[in-house]
Amino acid sequence: MATEFKHKDIIALRDLNKDEIELLISTAESMREVNSRSIKKVPTLRGKTIINLFYESSTRTRTSFEIAGKRLSADTVNIAPSNSSATKGETLSDTALNLLAMKPDIIVMRHAVSGSHYYLSKKVGCSIINAGDGAHEHPSQGLLDMLTIKDRFGRLDGLKVAIVGDITHSRVARSDIQGLTKMGSSIYLAGPPTMMPPGVERLGNVTVCGTMKEAIADADVVIMLRIQQERQGKTLMPNAREYSRYFGLNPENLKWAKPDAMVMHPGPINRGVELSSYVADGGQSHVLKQVENGVAVRMAMLYHVCGGELE
Amino acid sequence: MAGDTTKTVILDNSGIRRAMTRISHEILEKNKGLSNVVLIGIQSGGAHLAREISNCMELIEGERVPVGSVDITLYRDDFKSQAPHKSVGKTDITFSLEGKRVVLVDDVLYTGRTIRAAMDALMDYGRPQLIQLAVLIDRGHRELPIRADFVGRNVPTSQKENVEVLFDDKQQPVEVVLEK
Repeated sequence: MATEFKHKDIIALRDLNKDEIELLISTAESMREVNSRSIKKVPTLRGKTIINLFYESSTRTRTSFEIAGKRLSADTVNIAPSNSSATKGETLSDTALNLLAMKPDIIVMRHAVSGSHYYLSKKVGCSIINAGDGAHEHPSQGLLDMLTIKDRFGRLDGLKVAIVGDITHSRVARSDIQGLTKMGSSIYLAGPPTMMPPGVERLGNVTVCGTMKEAIADADVVIMLRIQQERQGKTLMPNAREYSRYFGLNPENLKWAKPDAMVMHPGPINRGVELSSYVADGGQSHVLKQVENGVAVRMAMLYHVCGGELE
Repeated sequence: MAGDTTKTVILDNSGIRRAMTRISHEILEKNKGLSNVVLIGIQSGGAHLAREISNCMELIEGERVPVGSVDITLYRDDFKSQAPHKSVGKTDITFSLEGKRVVLVDDVLYTGRTIRAAMDALMDYGRPQLIQLAVLIDRGHRELPIRADFVGRNVPTSQKENVEVLFDDKQQPVEVVLEK
Protein backbone atom coordinates (compact mmCIF):
# COMPACT_ATOMS: atom_id res chain seq x y z
CA MET A 1 0.00 0.00 0.00
CA ALA A 2 1.22 3.50 -0.79
CA THR A 3 1.80 5.64 2.28
CA GLU A 4 1.48 8.94 0.45
CA PHE A 5 -1.15 10.41 -1.83
CA LYS A 6 0.26 12.80 -4.38
CA HIS A 7 -2.78 13.98 -6.32
CA LYS A 8 -4.24 17.42 -5.80
CA ASP A 9 -7.54 16.39 -7.42
CA ILE A 10 -9.74 13.29 -7.34
CA ILE A 11 -11.74 13.38 -10.56
CA ALA A 12 -11.91 9.73 -11.59
CA LEU A 13 -10.90 6.37 -10.13
CA ARG A 14 -9.46 5.74 -13.58
CA ASP A 15 -6.67 8.21 -12.69
CA LEU A 16 -5.73 6.36 -9.47
CA ASN A 17 -3.69 3.19 -9.14
CA LYS A 18 -4.40 0.25 -6.87
CA ASP A 19 -2.08 1.50 -4.10
CA GLU A 20 -3.74 4.90 -4.02
CA ILE A 21 -7.23 3.37 -3.87
CA GLU A 22 -6.10 1.11 -1.00
CA LEU A 23 -4.68 4.14 0.82
CA LEU A 24 -7.97 6.05 0.50
CA ILE A 25 -9.95 3.02 1.77
CA SER A 26 -7.54 2.51 4.67
CA THR A 27 -7.72 6.18 5.67
CA ALA A 28 -11.53 5.97 5.48
CA GLU A 29 -11.44 3.00 7.88
CA SER A 30 -9.51 5.17 10.35
CA MET A 31 -11.89 8.10 9.83
CA ARG A 32 -14.81 5.89 10.88
CA GLU A 33 -13.41 5.89 14.40
CA VAL A 34 -13.86 9.70 14.50
CA ASN A 35 -17.49 9.26 13.45
CA SER A 36 -18.13 6.83 16.30
CA ARG A 37 -17.01 9.23 19.06
CA SER A 38 -19.28 11.44 21.10
CA ILE A 39 -17.21 14.45 19.94
CA LYS A 40 -17.15 13.85 16.18
CA LYS A 41 -14.57 16.40 15.19
CA VAL A 42 -10.81 16.52 14.64
CA PRO A 43 -8.78 19.69 13.98
CA THR A 44 -7.02 18.39 10.85
CA LEU A 45 -8.33 20.79 8.18
CA ARG A 46 -8.79 23.81 10.44
CA GLY A 47 -8.63 27.01 8.42
CA LYS A 48 -9.35 25.29 5.09
CA THR A 49 -12.34 26.39 3.04
CA ILE A 50 -14.35 23.89 1.00
CA ILE A 51 -16.93 25.01 -1.57
CA ASN A 52 -19.59 22.46 -2.50
CA LEU A 53 -20.70 23.49 -5.99
CA PHE A 54 -23.65 21.34 -7.04
CA TYR A 55 -25.05 21.99 -10.50
CA GLU A 56 -27.25 18.90 -10.16
CA SER A 57 -29.53 18.03 -7.28
CA SER A 58 -28.20 15.80 -4.55
CA THR A 59 -29.09 15.11 -0.96
CA ARG A 60 -26.84 12.28 0.07
CA THR A 61 -23.61 13.27 -1.62
CA ARG A 62 -23.78 16.98 -0.80
CA THR A 63 -24.76 16.42 2.84
CA SER A 64 -22.13 13.76 3.17
CA PHE A 65 -19.36 15.99 1.79
CA GLU A 66 -20.55 18.82 4.02
CA ILE A 67 -20.50 16.66 7.16
CA ALA A 68 -17.12 15.20 6.15
CA GLY A 69 -15.61 18.69 5.82
CA LYS A 70 -17.09 19.84 9.12
CA ARG A 71 -15.84 16.78 11.01
CA LEU A 72 -12.33 17.66 9.82
CA SER A 73 -12.88 21.28 11.05
CA ALA A 74 -12.89 22.83 7.57
CA ASP A 75 -15.32 25.63 6.72
CA THR A 76 -17.83 24.39 4.14
CA VAL A 77 -20.01 26.52 1.90
CA ASN A 78 -22.76 25.12 -0.32
CA ILE A 79 -23.68 26.65 -3.64
CA ALA A 80 -26.67 25.35 -5.61
CA PRO A 81 -27.49 26.49 -9.15
CA SER A 82 -31.03 27.53 -8.29
CA ASN A 83 -29.70 30.40 -6.19
CA SER A 84 -26.40 31.06 -7.97
CA SER A 85 -25.40 33.10 -10.98
CA ALA A 86 -25.57 30.05 -13.27
CA THR A 87 -29.26 30.79 -13.72
CA LYS A 88 -28.24 34.24 -14.95
CA GLY A 89 -26.02 32.70 -17.65
CA GLU A 90 -22.61 32.77 -16.01
CA THR A 91 -20.20 30.22 -17.52
CA LEU A 92 -18.54 27.51 -15.42
CA SER A 93 -15.18 29.16 -16.00
CA ASP A 94 -16.40 32.56 -14.78
CA THR A 95 -18.11 31.02 -11.77
CA ALA A 96 -14.92 29.15 -10.88
CA LEU A 97 -12.69 32.21 -11.20
CA ASN A 98 -15.09 34.21 -9.04
CA LEU A 99 -15.16 31.48 -6.41
CA LEU A 100 -11.38 31.30 -6.58
CA ALA A 101 -11.14 34.96 -5.65
CA MET A 102 -12.61 33.86 -2.31
CA LYS A 103 -9.59 31.55 -1.83
CA PRO A 104 -11.11 28.11 -1.32
CA ASP A 105 -8.75 25.17 -0.76
CA ILE A 106 -11.06 22.54 -2.24
CA ILE A 107 -13.98 22.76 -4.68
CA VAL A 108 -16.30 19.74 -4.60
CA MET A 109 -18.37 19.86 -7.76
CA ARG A 110 -21.23 17.97 -9.35
CA HIS A 111 -21.92 18.86 -12.96
CA ALA A 112 -24.04 17.41 -15.75
CA VAL A 113 -21.23 17.60 -18.29
CA SER A 114 -18.78 14.68 -18.32
CA GLY A 115 -15.18 15.83 -17.95
CA SER A 116 -16.05 19.34 -16.73
CA HIS A 117 -13.80 18.77 -13.71
CA TYR A 118 -10.72 18.34 -15.91
CA TYR A 119 -11.58 21.67 -17.54
CA LEU A 120 -12.06 23.31 -14.12
CA SER A 121 -8.81 21.83 -12.78
CA LYS A 122 -6.85 23.56 -15.56
CA LYS A 123 -8.48 26.89 -14.70
CA VAL A 124 -8.01 26.93 -10.93
CA GLY A 125 -5.17 26.21 -8.52
CA CYS A 126 -7.18 24.69 -5.68
CA SER A 127 -8.04 21.00 -5.30
CA ILE A 128 -11.00 19.63 -7.25
CA ILE A 129 -13.10 16.67 -6.11
CA ASN A 130 -15.64 15.17 -8.47
CA ALA A 131 -19.01 14.56 -6.82
CA GLY A 132 -20.40 13.22 -10.11
CA ASP A 133 -19.97 14.45 -13.67
CA GLY A 134 -22.56 13.51 -16.28
CA ALA A 135 -22.25 9.85 -17.23
CA HIS A 136 -18.51 9.78 -16.52
CA GLU A 137 -17.54 9.01 -12.91
CA HIS A 138 -18.63 9.34 -9.30
CA PRO A 139 -15.41 8.44 -7.48
CA SER A 140 -16.63 8.91 -3.91
CA GLN A 141 -19.48 6.48 -4.58
CA GLY A 142 -17.05 3.98 -6.10
CA LEU A 143 -14.80 4.23 -3.03
CA LEU A 144 -17.63 3.88 -0.53
CA ASP A 145 -18.96 0.86 -2.43
CA MET A 146 -15.50 -0.73 -2.21
CA LEU A 147 -15.25 0.07 1.52
CA THR A 148 -18.70 -1.45 2.13
CA ILE A 149 -17.78 -4.62 0.22
CA LYS A 150 -14.43 -4.86 2.02
CA ASP A 151 -16.23 -4.57 5.39
CA ARG A 152 -18.30 -7.60 4.54
CA PHE A 153 -15.68 -9.87 2.89
CA GLY A 154 -12.40 -8.45 4.21
CA ARG A 155 -11.08 -8.25 0.67
CA LEU A 156 -12.01 -7.17 -2.85
CA ASP A 157 -9.99 -9.54 -5.01
CA GLY A 158 -11.62 -12.64 -6.40
CA LEU A 159 -15.19 -11.46 -5.80
CA LYS A 160 -17.94 -11.69 -8.39
CA VAL A 161 -19.76 -8.37 -8.54
CA ALA A 162 -22.93 -7.99 -10.64
CA ILE A 163 -24.03 -4.51 -11.71
CA VAL A 164 -27.57 -4.38 -13.07
CA GLY A 165 -29.44 -1.54 -14.73
CA ASP A 166 -28.74 1.46 -16.93
CA ILE A 167 -24.99 1.09 -17.41
CA THR A 168 -24.81 3.71 -20.19
CA HIS A 169 -25.99 6.62 -18.09
CA SER A 170 -24.46 5.48 -14.80
CA ARG A 171 -21.41 7.26 -13.47
CA VAL A 172 -21.67 5.00 -10.42
CA ALA A 173 -21.21 1.94 -12.66
CA ARG A 174 -18.15 3.48 -14.30
CA SER A 175 -16.47 4.31 -11.00
CA ASP A 176 -17.37 0.89 -9.57
CA ILE A 177 -15.93 -0.82 -12.64
CA GLN A 178 -12.75 1.28 -12.64
CA GLY A 179 -12.15 0.76 -8.93
CA LEU A 180 -13.24 -2.84 -8.44
CA THR A 181 -11.41 -4.24 -11.49
CA LYS A 182 -8.19 -2.59 -10.28
CA MET A 183 -8.71 -4.30 -6.91
CA GLY A 184 -9.16 -7.71 -8.55
CA SER A 185 -12.94 -8.20 -8.60
CA SER A 186 -14.73 -9.61 -11.66
CA ILE A 187 -17.60 -7.50 -12.97
CA TYR A 188 -20.74 -8.91 -14.63
CA LEU A 189 -23.10 -6.42 -16.23
CA ALA A 190 -26.78 -6.84 -17.12
CA GLY A 191 -29.33 -4.40 -18.43
CA PRO A 192 -31.53 -3.71 -21.46
CA PRO A 193 -29.46 -3.53 -24.68
CA THR A 194 -30.47 0.12 -25.04
CA MET A 195 -28.74 0.82 -21.71
CA MET A 196 -25.51 -1.12 -22.35
CA PRO A 197 -22.62 0.95 -23.71
CA PRO A 198 -20.81 -0.75 -26.60
CA GLY A 199 -17.22 -1.75 -25.84
CA VAL A 200 -17.66 -1.66 -22.04
CA GLU A 201 -15.69 -4.94 -21.83
CA ARG A 202 -12.56 -2.98 -22.71
CA LEU A 203 -12.57 -1.41 -19.22
CA GLY A 204 -10.97 -4.56 -17.79
CA ASN A 205 -12.31 -7.72 -16.19
CA VAL A 206 -15.87 -7.02 -17.35
CA THR A 207 -18.39 -9.46 -18.82
CA VAL A 208 -21.61 -8.31 -20.47
CA CYS A 209 -24.41 -10.80 -19.77
CA GLY A 210 -27.50 -11.39 -21.88
CA THR A 211 -29.81 -11.91 -18.93
CA MET A 212 -30.00 -10.78 -15.33
CA LYS A 213 -29.81 -14.42 -14.20
CA GLU A 214 -26.46 -14.90 -15.91
CA ALA A 215 -25.05 -11.78 -14.23
CA ILE A 216 -26.17 -12.46 -10.67
CA ALA A 217 -25.69 -16.25 -10.66
CA ASP A 218 -23.31 -17.04 -7.76
CA ALA A 219 -22.51 -13.36 -7.31
CA ASP A 220 -20.98 -12.19 -4.02
CA VAL A 221 -22.29 -8.66 -4.53
CA VAL A 222 -25.27 -7.35 -6.50
CA ILE A 223 -25.21 -3.61 -7.22
CA MET A 224 -28.56 -2.35 -8.53
CA LEU A 225 -28.52 0.96 -10.39
CA ARG A 226 -31.21 3.58 -10.26
CA ILE A 227 -33.30 4.01 -13.38
CA GLN A 228 -32.63 7.66 -14.09
CA GLN A 229 -35.98 8.79 -15.36
CA GLU A 230 -34.81 12.41 -15.40
CA ARG A 231 -31.98 11.57 -17.77
CA GLN A 232 -33.09 9.17 -20.48
CA GLY A 233 -36.77 10.04 -20.40
CA LYS A 234 -39.00 7.27 -21.65
CA THR A 235 -37.16 6.39 -24.84
CA LEU A 236 -34.92 3.57 -23.61
CA MET A 237 -37.50 1.28 -22.02
CA PRO A 238 -41.17 0.58 -22.66
CA ASN A 239 -42.33 1.13 -19.10
CA ALA A 240 -41.25 0.69 -15.50
CA ARG A 241 -43.32 -2.45 -15.02
CA GLU A 242 -41.72 -4.29 -17.90
CA TYR A 243 -38.27 -3.11 -16.78
CA SER A 244 -38.95 -4.42 -13.31
CA ARG A 245 -39.98 -7.83 -14.69
CA TYR A 246 -36.66 -8.35 -16.51
CA PHE A 247 -34.14 -6.31 -14.50
CA GLY A 248 -35.69 -5.69 -11.07
CA LEU A 249 -34.27 -7.46 -8.02
CA ASN A 250 -36.79 -9.31 -5.88
CA PRO A 251 -36.53 -12.08 -3.26
CA GLU A 252 -37.02 -14.79 -5.95
CA ASN A 253 -34.21 -13.82 -8.31
CA LEU A 254 -31.90 -12.82 -5.45
CA LYS A 255 -31.76 -16.58 -4.73
CA TRP A 256 -29.65 -16.98 -7.88
CA ALA A 257 -26.81 -15.15 -6.15
CA LYS A 258 -24.75 -16.69 -3.33
CA PRO A 259 -26.89 -17.23 -0.19
CA ASP A 260 -25.13 -14.46 1.75
CA ALA A 261 -24.66 -12.11 -1.22
CA MET A 262 -24.79 -8.41 -0.43
CA VAL A 263 -27.24 -6.07 -2.19
CA MET A 264 -26.20 -2.48 -2.77
CA HIS A 265 -27.82 0.54 -4.39
CA PRO A 266 -26.40 4.07 -4.72
CA GLY A 267 -29.81 5.62 -3.98
CA PRO A 268 -32.29 7.11 -4.28
CA ILE A 269 -34.20 3.86 -4.79
CA ASN A 270 -37.15 3.59 -7.16
CA ARG A 271 -38.99 1.08 -4.99
CA GLY A 272 -40.72 -1.59 -7.01
CA VAL A 273 -38.79 -0.72 -10.18
CA GLU A 274 -35.14 -1.78 -9.90
CA LEU A 275 -35.42 -2.98 -6.30
CA SER A 276 -38.38 -4.51 -4.51
CA SER A 277 -39.06 -3.22 -1.02
CA TYR A 278 -38.58 -6.72 0.39
CA VAL A 279 -34.99 -6.72 -0.83
CA ALA A 280 -34.28 -3.04 -0.11
CA ASP A 281 -35.30 -3.47 3.54
CA GLY A 282 -34.14 -7.09 3.86
CA GLY A 283 -31.19 -8.59 5.70
CA GLN A 284 -28.95 -8.70 2.62
CA SER A 285 -29.33 -4.98 1.88
CA HIS A 286 -26.32 -2.81 2.72
CA VAL A 287 -27.84 0.43 1.44
CA LEU A 288 -27.69 2.32 4.74
CA LYS A 289 -24.22 0.99 5.47
CA GLN A 290 -23.17 2.56 2.15
CA VAL A 291 -24.46 5.95 3.27
CA GLU A 292 -22.68 5.63 6.61
CA ASN A 293 -19.40 4.75 4.91
CA GLY A 294 -19.89 7.70 2.56
CA VAL A 295 -18.97 10.22 5.26
CA ALA A 296 -15.75 8.40 6.19
CA VAL A 297 -14.72 7.98 2.54
CA ARG A 298 -15.28 11.67 1.81
CA MET A 299 -13.27 12.63 4.91
CA ALA A 300 -10.41 10.52 3.54
CA MET A 301 -10.68 12.19 0.11
CA LEU A 302 -10.67 15.72 1.58
CA TYR A 303 -7.76 14.84 3.87
CA HIS A 304 -5.60 13.42 1.10
CA VAL A 305 -6.22 16.05 -1.61
CA CYS A 306 -5.21 18.72 0.90
CA GLY A 307 -1.78 17.13 1.06
CA GLY A 308 -1.55 16.50 -2.68
CA GLU A 309 1.05 18.20 -4.81
CA LEU A 310 0.11 20.82 -7.35
CA GLU A 311 0.30 19.06 -10.67
CA MET B 1 20.81 4.06 4.38
CA ALA B 2 23.66 6.51 3.75
CA GLY B 3 27.09 4.94 4.04
CA ASP B 4 28.41 7.30 6.70
CA THR B 5 25.74 6.74 9.37
CA THR B 6 26.83 4.82 12.43
CA LYS B 7 24.48 2.97 14.71
CA THR B 8 25.14 2.52 18.41
CA VAL B 9 22.96 0.36 20.63
CA ILE B 10 22.21 2.52 23.65
CA LEU B 11 19.78 0.13 25.37
CA ASP B 12 19.72 -3.62 24.76
CA ASN B 13 16.82 -5.99 25.25
CA SER B 14 17.41 -6.73 28.94
CA GLY B 15 18.01 -3.02 29.52
CA ILE B 16 14.59 -2.29 28.00
CA ARG B 17 12.96 -4.98 30.20
CA ARG B 18 14.49 -3.56 33.36
CA ALA B 19 13.46 -0.02 32.41
CA MET B 20 9.86 -1.13 31.67
CA THR B 21 9.67 -3.01 34.99
CA ARG B 22 10.90 0.04 36.88
CA ILE B 23 8.45 2.33 35.06
CA SER B 24 5.62 -0.07 35.94
CA HIS B 25 6.56 0.04 39.63
CA GLU B 26 6.82 3.83 39.53
CA ILE B 27 3.39 4.18 37.90
CA LEU B 28 1.88 1.96 40.63
CA GLU B 29 3.68 3.86 43.37
CA LYS B 30 2.72 7.31 42.12
CA ASN B 31 -0.95 6.32 41.56
CA LYS B 32 -1.14 4.20 44.76
CA GLY B 33 -2.14 1.08 42.89
CA LEU B 34 -3.95 0.67 39.63
CA SER B 35 -7.49 1.69 40.43
CA ASN B 36 -8.79 4.15 37.84
CA VAL B 37 -5.48 3.91 35.90
CA VAL B 38 -5.59 3.41 32.11
CA LEU B 39 -2.68 3.19 29.68
CA ILE B 40 -2.83 4.88 26.27
CA GLY B 41 0.04 4.21 23.85
CA ILE B 42 0.85 6.54 20.98
CA GLN B 43 0.90 4.69 17.61
CA SER B 44 2.90 2.80 16.84
CA GLY B 45 5.92 2.35 19.17
CA GLY B 46 4.14 3.72 22.25
CA ALA B 47 1.19 1.38 21.70
CA HIS B 48 3.50 -1.66 21.80
CA LEU B 49 5.22 -0.38 24.95
CA ALA B 50 1.86 0.32 26.66
CA ARG B 51 0.97 -3.37 26.24
CA GLU B 52 4.35 -4.34 27.73
CA ILE B 53 3.81 -2.06 30.74
CA SER B 54 0.33 -3.48 31.22
CA ASN B 55 1.78 -7.02 31.26
CA CYS B 56 4.41 -5.94 33.82
CA MET B 57 1.76 -4.33 36.01
CA GLU B 58 -0.33 -7.50 35.86
CA LEU B 59 2.64 -9.54 37.10
CA ILE B 60 3.10 -7.13 40.01
CA GLU B 61 -0.52 -6.51 41.04
CA GLY B 62 -2.31 -9.52 39.55
CA GLU B 63 -4.82 -7.32 37.80
CA ARG B 64 -5.04 -5.88 34.27
CA VAL B 65 -5.41 -2.20 33.49
CA PRO B 66 -7.30 -1.11 30.37
CA VAL B 67 -4.98 -0.39 27.43
CA GLY B 68 -5.83 1.77 24.42
CA SER B 69 -3.90 3.37 21.59
CA VAL B 70 -4.10 6.76 19.94
CA ASP B 71 -3.01 7.84 16.45
CA ILE B 72 -2.10 11.50 16.33
CA THR B 73 -2.00 12.03 12.55
CA LEU B 74 -5.24 14.04 12.49
CA TYR B 75 -3.97 16.29 15.33
CA ARG B 76 -0.51 17.17 13.95
CA ASP B 77 0.58 20.80 13.89
CA ASP B 78 2.86 20.48 10.87
CA PHE B 79 0.42 19.99 8.00
CA LYS B 80 1.87 21.73 5.01
CA SER B 81 -0.48 21.93 2.11
CA GLN B 82 2.22 20.82 -0.33
CA ALA B 83 3.46 17.75 1.52
CA PRO B 84 1.68 14.46 0.77
CA HIS B 85 -0.46 13.49 3.72
CA LYS B 86 0.47 10.28 5.48
CA SER B 87 -1.94 7.44 5.97
CA VAL B 88 -4.01 7.70 9.14
CA GLY B 89 -3.46 4.99 11.76
CA LYS B 90 -6.05 3.45 14.04
CA THR B 91 -7.14 4.96 17.31
CA ASP B 92 -8.49 2.28 19.60
CA ILE B 93 -9.96 3.53 22.86
CA THR B 94 -12.92 1.36 23.79
CA PHE B 95 -13.50 2.80 27.25
CA SER B 96 -14.37 6.24 28.60
CA LEU B 97 -11.54 8.47 29.82
CA GLU B 98 -13.89 10.52 31.98
CA GLY B 99 -12.33 10.86 35.45
CA LYS B 100 -9.55 8.35 34.68
CA ARG B 101 -5.86 8.60 35.57
CA VAL B 102 -4.41 8.34 32.08
CA VAL B 103 -0.81 7.28 31.58
CA LEU B 104 0.24 8.28 28.07
CA VAL B 105 3.04 6.06 26.75
CA ASP B 106 5.49 6.87 23.95
CA ASP B 107 8.80 5.37 22.88
CA VAL B 108 10.94 8.51 22.36
CA LEU B 109 10.27 11.97 23.81
CA TYR B 110 11.84 14.67 21.62
CA THR B 111 10.22 18.04 20.75
CA GLY B 112 7.03 17.33 22.71
CA ARG B 113 4.81 18.08 19.71
CA THR B 114 3.58 14.50 19.45
CA ILE B 115 2.59 14.59 23.13
CA ARG B 116 0.74 17.91 22.62
CA ALA B 117 -1.19 16.36 19.73
CA ALA B 118 -1.94 13.19 21.74
CA MET B 119 -3.28 15.22 24.69
CA ASP B 120 -5.57 17.14 22.34
CA ALA B 121 -6.82 13.83 20.95
CA LEU B 122 -7.45 12.40 24.46
CA MET B 123 -9.50 15.44 25.46
CA ASP B 124 -11.93 14.58 22.65
CA TYR B 125 -12.67 11.32 24.48
CA GLY B 126 -13.71 12.93 27.75
CA ARG B 127 -12.08 14.75 30.66
CA PRO B 128 -9.48 12.61 32.43
CA GLN B 129 -8.75 13.28 36.09
CA LEU B 130 -5.09 13.64 35.12
CA ILE B 131 -2.64 12.71 32.39
CA GLN B 132 0.84 11.40 33.16
CA LEU B 133 3.55 10.71 30.61
CA ALA B 134 5.77 7.61 30.44
CA VAL B 135 8.55 7.34 27.83
CA LEU B 136 11.29 4.81 27.24
CA ILE B 137 13.81 7.40 26.01
CA ASP B 138 13.98 11.14 26.70
CA ARG B 139 16.39 12.66 24.19
CA GLY B 140 15.88 16.35 25.08
CA HIS B 141 15.37 19.30 22.68
CA ARG B 142 11.86 20.18 23.84
CA GLU B 143 9.99 22.83 21.85
CA LEU B 144 6.94 22.89 24.17
CA PRO B 145 6.64 23.02 27.97
CA ILE B 146 6.20 19.26 28.39
CA ARG B 147 8.06 16.81 30.63
CA ALA B 148 7.74 13.10 31.32
CA ASP B 149 6.65 11.68 34.70
CA PHE B 150 8.34 8.32 34.06
CA VAL B 151 11.52 7.96 32.00
CA GLY B 152 13.34 4.75 31.04
CA ARG B 153 16.61 6.41 30.09
CA ASN B 154 17.71 10.02 29.57
CA VAL B 155 19.89 10.17 26.45
CA PRO B 156 21.62 13.48 25.64
CA THR B 157 21.61 13.81 21.85
CA SER B 158 22.34 16.35 19.16
CA GLN B 159 19.52 17.30 16.81
CA LYS B 160 21.43 15.74 13.91
CA GLU B 161 21.18 12.33 15.56
CA ASN B 162 18.21 10.01 15.47
CA VAL B 163 17.01 7.71 18.24
CA GLU B 164 14.90 4.73 17.30
CA VAL B 165 13.28 1.95 19.32
CA LEU B 166 13.28 -1.20 17.21
CA PHE B 167 10.50 -3.79 17.48
CA ASP B 168 10.37 -7.36 16.17
CA ASP B 169 7.49 -8.73 14.10
CA LYS B 170 5.65 -9.71 17.31
CA GLN B 171 5.80 -6.01 18.30
CA GLN B 172 8.15 -6.78 21.20
CA PRO B 173 10.87 -4.17 21.80
CA VAL B 174 14.31 -5.41 20.70
CA GLU B 175 16.77 -2.58 21.30
CA VAL B 176 17.24 1.17 21.15
CA VAL B 177 19.74 2.55 18.63
CA LEU B 178 21.31 5.96 18.20
CA GLU B 179 22.08 6.86 14.57
CA LYS B 180 24.70 9.50 13.81
